[in-house]
Order: sequence, then structure tokens, then C-alpha cells
Amino acid sequence: MRRAELIMAGVLALFSIYLMWKSAELEVGFISGEGPGGGAWPFWLSAIMLVCTGVIAYNGIRRKSPPSQSDEPLLDRYGWKMLLEVGGGIFGFIALIDIVSMYGAMCIFLVYYLKFLGRHTWRLTMMFAIVTPVVFFFFFEGLMRITMPKGLPFTEPLFNILYELIY
Amino acid sequence: MLEVVGFLGDGLWSAIQPRNLLLIVIGVTLGLFIGAMPGLGSVNGVAILLPITFLVPPASAIIFLAAIYYGAMYGGAISSITLGIPGASTAVATTFDGRPLALQGKARLALVTAAIASFIGGTVANLLFTGFAPLLASVALSFGPPEIFALMLLAFATFVGLGGDDIPKTLFSICIGLVLAAVGFDQISGEPRLIFGGISGFMHGINFLVLAIGVYGIGEMLWTIDSTRGKITSTEAKMTVKGAVSDAKLGMKRGWKGTAIGSFLGFFVGILPAAGATPGSLMAYGVTKLTSKNPEEFGKGHPGGVAAPEAANNSASTGSMLPMLTLGIPGSPTTAILLGGMVIWGLTPGPRLFVDQPDFVWGLIGSFYISNIFALIVNLSFIPVFIWMLRMPFTILAAMIFVLSVVGGYAATRDMHDVWLMFLFGIVGYLLRKLNYPVAPAVLAIVVAGPTLRAAAHAAAPNRPARGLTHSMTTAHRSSRRRINRRSRSRLIWNSG
Repeated sequence: MRRAELIMAGVLALFSIYLMWKSAELEVGFISGEGPGGGAWPFWLSAIMLVCTGVIAYNGIRRKSPPSQSDEPLLDRYGWKMLLEVGGGIFGFIALIDIVSMYGAMCIFLVYYLKFLGRHTWRLTMMFAIVTPVVFFFFFEGLMRITMPKGLPFTEPLFNILYELIY
Repeated sequence: MLEVVGFLGDGLWSAIQPRNLLLIVIGVTLGLFIGAMPGLGSVNGVAILLPITFLVPPASAIIFLAAIYYGAMYGGAISSITLGIPGASTAVATTFDGRPLALQGKARLALVTAAIASFIGGTVANLLFTGFAPLLASVALSFGPPEIFALMLLAFATFVGLGGDDIPKTLFSICIGLVLAAVGFDQISGEPRLIFGGISGFMHGINFLVLAIGVYGIGEMLWTIDSTRGKITSTEAKMTVKGAVSDAKLGMKRGWKGTAIGSFLGFFVGILPAAGATPGSLMAYGVTKLTSKNPEEFGKGHPGGVAAPEAANNSASTGSMLPMLTLGIPGSPTTAILLGGMVIWGLTPGPRLFVDQPDFVWGLIGSFYISNIFALIVNLSFIPVFIWMLRMPFTILAAMIFVLSVVGGYAATRDMHDVWLMFLFGIVGYLLRKLNYPVAPAVLAIVVAGPTLRAAAHAAAPNRPARGLTHSMTTAHRSSRRRINRRSRSRLIWNSG
């Protein structure tokens, strides 16, 4: 965990420098008669972040922080597997939204998560995978009038039927 | 005072008329579910349902919208406690202790405590509203940018206490939240800022819900699965009247101080223009923790940590109505929409409203009392449903939380860029959490920093660097404010023609 603590502090320090650099594209000082420049706020906050990462790294090197005292890895075998399966599942869910619509992607994700990760029965899986998008559709599109992404044009005939029901 | 009691009696009578009562019940129930849905808050509910109110008289319309507002304040706590995802910004602080209580199998205690604290907060605010509206409105009006900025700094000072022992990591977390709040067009100069190579999705800034849902919905759930090896089980007892009464007693025994602090602090912050319920609930949590005999128990499942923000956000929601009605200044985004509705209905909010439209104003104040009672009843009635959700197998619950996170992330801004950003925040939040970085201060910072803190800081900044914060307001500004205050105070005389 100590190595991860130091690597993370380094990455965050680089990110802080990047933010300072981007903030400096606007005025970071005090403009006479106007007040602080547009970049002052994020620039000086990023500078404080940079100082913090230095202190975090120092504490890590001196083994003062709890993570730097631990010998456990940041992600063990289970952690990597979980991150790939669950995180990958959510990644796939979001990627599918623009293809098969929010509701289609939701259905596919629920089948993947409940059947393949949760090992539930097909009956229960399909019940959740079908009922959830239907309930969300009527709540968001029908009641709240919030339109969710429809995906590629091939989903249009189905949505036309559903919109006839709610409008 | 007797006159006020008489007007209040008339208002209560108006609120319990069958049509208004029905609208109150429908409003609080709808509000409860809208507030419980991540990505949607009272502002969405009131904005979306505003056109429906044109079908009924203005007094009934505002009663309906106020009931939605009330219901949403109660509802925000539900997803914070049961799912760990704040339903709205006003319920972010409820997550800190509400979710740990739910994970310990004490969701019923958290939900009952939240409901009762909300009820007490709402009642205290109603009494303060009825008795001291003119006085409080003039105090609120005397708050200028330096005072608002100082108040926000106080809120940030309380955040440091939320981050645990590692001060550099807490400070980093606060700063990153503030920097993320600065992404997008600078509202003061109008220049694009930190848009990372011109990515259009950053132009509109980063909505706090994108960060909150990312770190609490996705990040927290990944951390829970990792730390429990996916073996988490719910052991929540069934909802019984006896159990609920016992939880109510326990919740109030350990949360009375938080409820009291939240009720009064929330109302005071709520009446400040542009402050609203969110800073009120966060400050109430921080102050309750700082003044507690056992501050180390906060963040691990202390009922006081649920009671304080819940009492505060309900109290503040009533408080934010005060500047709207008495001065015509909205105290929160939701009251800004209500204000718009009143203008459409042909009413002019301001000091004359109490004189010219007493039936409307006192009907609304009466409906606050009735809505508060019905919100408590509806909320307590639905607790078994929320607990049933927690009794579902964890793999089903986790899948539903991920689905809600993605849908909520999209609903907040209707931009797929923000859904990807939320996913990124979730993964980074999970890794940071493993390395003991507190994520709560970042979420709180982006919530409070938004436009309010930056605008207040800019407006309060002296034109000459050598001058201090308290000397920032020019003489002309001060004298004009004094003039406004004098004028407003002289107008705010109850029931005088």
C-alpha cells in the first residue's frame, strides 16, 4: 500500500501542476479595479493541492500515514477481478446507451449483473431486467418528462409505440 | 399577536379544505418519491409540475408546490440512507451517518430518526416563520457578500472535522472539490475556464450530482463489494409499530441535540438569499459533530448525524420561503421557481403581499403545518417499503444502485459526457477511498462552492488589495443597503394597511 500511496501522491501532484498551468491561461493575479482574475481561484487552490501532495508523500516516505504502514497491496487478486467485472460491466452499460438506448442498456446490464455475477435464476433475472426499464421509462418519460437517450435509429419503432401510450 | 393567531387559524382552515388537503397528500407523496430519486430534487418536481397548478386557484397551486417541496426534503434522506446515494444536495450530509447505520442493520432507526427530526425541524421553522418573519427578513437582508463569504468559510471550517485525522488529505479533498466547482464559464468574467482542451461537456461546468453519484453510488459500492468480498447481508428487523416507537425514542435520545441545532441553524441559513437548505444541512452536521461529546462516533453511524442535517434541511426549506414572500427574493432555486409561479398567477411577492393577499399568504403558512404532519405520516408509512429494498439480496441491490447511478447521472444534466465523468469519479473515488482520502469534503466543497461562494468572494473582494474583507463594501453600497433595509423594515409591518 505504501508504494500505491506514493504513486498516487505523485499522480495527484502532476494533476495539480496541470490544473495550475491550465488556470494560468486566465489572469491569476489581482486586476486593479475588478478584483481577482478568472484563473486566480483554481490556480491558488491547485497550488495548495500541490503542497498537500508533498506533505502526503513525505508522510508516506516516513511511514506516518496508515496506508504507508500497511503491507497489503492496493488491489489484490479479488480487487482486480471485482474491478474488471463490476467496473467493466458499468463501462459496458454506459457504452451501450448510445447504441441500444438507456433502457436497452439497462436491461442488458441487469442480465449481465444478476445472471452472470449474481448467479440468480433466469426467472428472477428476466423479471428485474424487464420490469426495471419499464418502470423507469414511465417514471422519467411519462411523469417527469425527462427524455433519456434513444440509441441508434433502429430503436425508434419501439419508442414510437411507447410514446403513443404516454402522450 | 392575537391577530397573528387569528390569521393562522384562518390559514389552517383554508389548508384543510378537501381540495387543498388532497393536493397536500398528493404533493408530499410525489415529493417523497421525487426527492428519493438520485438526480431529481425538489427543484425538478416543482419546475415540472408548475404547469399543472394553472388548473387550480393560486392559493391551492402554491399549497401543492409547497407540499412537493416538503415531501422532497423528507425523500432526499431515503436514498441517502438505504442506497448511500444522496437523493439531492440537501441530503448529502445525511449519507455520512445514515448509510453506516443501514449497513449495520439499523436502517429503520436511521429512517425513523430522519422522519422525526425533519418533522421537528419543519415545526420549529413554521413557528419561527409565523412569529418572527418581519424581523428575520430584515436581518437576512443585512447579509451582503462579505457576510455570505464568511458564512461559507465557517461551513468549510466544519468540513475539516469531517475528514478524519489526515489533514493534508482532507485539505486536498476540499481543494479538489473547489477546483472542480470552478470548471466551466466563469460567471464573473464570462471566460471559459479549465475546459481541458475545449471539451464541450466541461463548458457547463461539473454538476455536484455527477461527483456525488460517482463517489457515493459507484465508488462507495465498489469499495463495499471489495471490503466485504461480496458477502454483505442485510439483517434488518421487520417494521413494527413497537419497533418504530423504540427507534424513535432512541433516535431522539441520541439525536436531540442535532435536531435542535439543525432546526434553528437550518432556518437561519435558509432565510439568507442564495444560501438555501444545502449549506444549512452541512453546517448543522458539522456544528453537531464539533459540539458532541463523542465526535469520533460521527461518520460511523450516529443518529445525531442523521437528525442534524434532516432537521436543518426541512427547517431551511421553510426559511427560504421567508425572503421570497416578504421581500420577493428567492432563498433557494426551488423558491425561485415558486416566485416565478406567483408572478404568473398575478401575485406580487413582497411586503405588500401580506396586506393585499392575506388569504393566500396565511393559507400557504397554514399548509406548511399541515404538509409537515402529512409528510411525517406518509414517510413513516413508506418506511417498510424502503426497508424491504434493503432486504433484497446484495447483488440485486448493487445492480439497482448502479442503474440508479447511471440514470441519475444522466438526469442531472442530460449529457452523456457527465455520465462518463461520473464513472471516472467513481473509479478514482474508489481508489482514493482505499488510500484513506476522505471524499466527503470534496462533495461538500463542490456543493457549497458552486456559484455562491465564488460570487460572494468576488463581490466581497476589495478593489484595492490592501483593504480588508470587512472594509470591502464601499460607502455608497453600504448607505444604499441601509436605505433598502430601512424601507423594507418600515414596509414589513404585519397587517397594517
